[in-house]
Amino acid sequence: MKSLAELEEIRNRMRNQVNLRKEDESSATRIVVGMATCGIAAGARPVLNALVEEVGKRGLADVAVTQTGCIGMCRLEPIVEVMVPGQEKVTYVKMTAEKAQRVVAEHIVNGNVVTEYTIGAVEQ
Amino acid sequence: MQEISLHILDIVNNSVKAGATLVEITVCEAISENRLRIEIDDDGCGMDEEFLSHVLDPFQTTRTTRKVGMGLSLFQAAAQAAGGDLSIWSRKGVGTKVKAEFQYDHIDRQPLGDMAETMTVLISGNMLTDFVYCHKVDDRQFILDTREIKQILGQDGDFSCPEIVLWLKEYISEGILELKRE
Repeated sequence: MKSLAELEEIRNRMRNQVNLRKEDESSATRIVVGMATCGIAAGARPVLNALVEEVGKRGLADVAVTQTGCIGMCRLEPIVEVMVPGQEKVTYVKMTAEKAQRVVAEHIVNGNVVTEYTIGAVEQ
Repeated sequence: MQEISLHILDIVNNSVKAGATLVEITVCEAISENRLRIEIDDDGCGMDEEFLSHVLDPFQTTRTTRKVGMGLSLFQAAAQAAGGDLSIWSRKGVGTKVKAEFQYDHIDRQPLGDMAETMTVLISGNMLTDFVYCHKVDDRQFILDTREIKQILGQDGDFSCPEIVLWLKEYISEGILELKRE
């Protein structure tokens, strides 16, 4: 069973890491998931969850997973945007939890954009 | 939307956008009465009577205000399809209450779905809003209050940190599971 005591342990462990993260916020990679009605209905919640889990499992301290509203292309939801500092934003469309795991592994960790899931590839 | 928990995620986002500092979400599985009741209660900016009168009409509202749109009408349709209905109370400057009721064993009632995931997404995505999640199954209940969690986490509390997000999700899902144990 998860307990509040366990949460205190996590807090104590996180103390140092949080400080590290605060120092270089500008160098952080941002992963943004569209979570408006359209995104939620299309399955954005498991996508967001898979991203958070994958980032957590791999201990990627300089990656932030955040939520946003409707990005304006509801028919392509769930949409995930990846912003790596110094690089052009990449928009992934029609995402699933499995695709999200692949994006973390290939794009975030190894630096290779998963071209077949991007809006450019899907729209052609 | 395929699960009630997805509707809840969507509707609570309205509360957050309405500037709520506290949102109370209650899921009540009154199995002995054959009813499922959902209540979302916020202290956001509320709506005036004019707006409230057509808030459930998806095509009247979307164009003037993006903040409501389809969400409430989809939730209402889900409730009405399952022998229930949805009602809204709101007052400008006070807040909004959304109540939905379903016939528990109705063949068309959507499954409740993953409330732990819904709550974690809400809590980690809206750190400035406090949430009270209350889940009842007949006379048992599970309560999570983010104000208590924030007290434990202190100033370093960061609900976007994956380790804390995962703890939250498991804590809630175990809490709900416990309610159903014989």
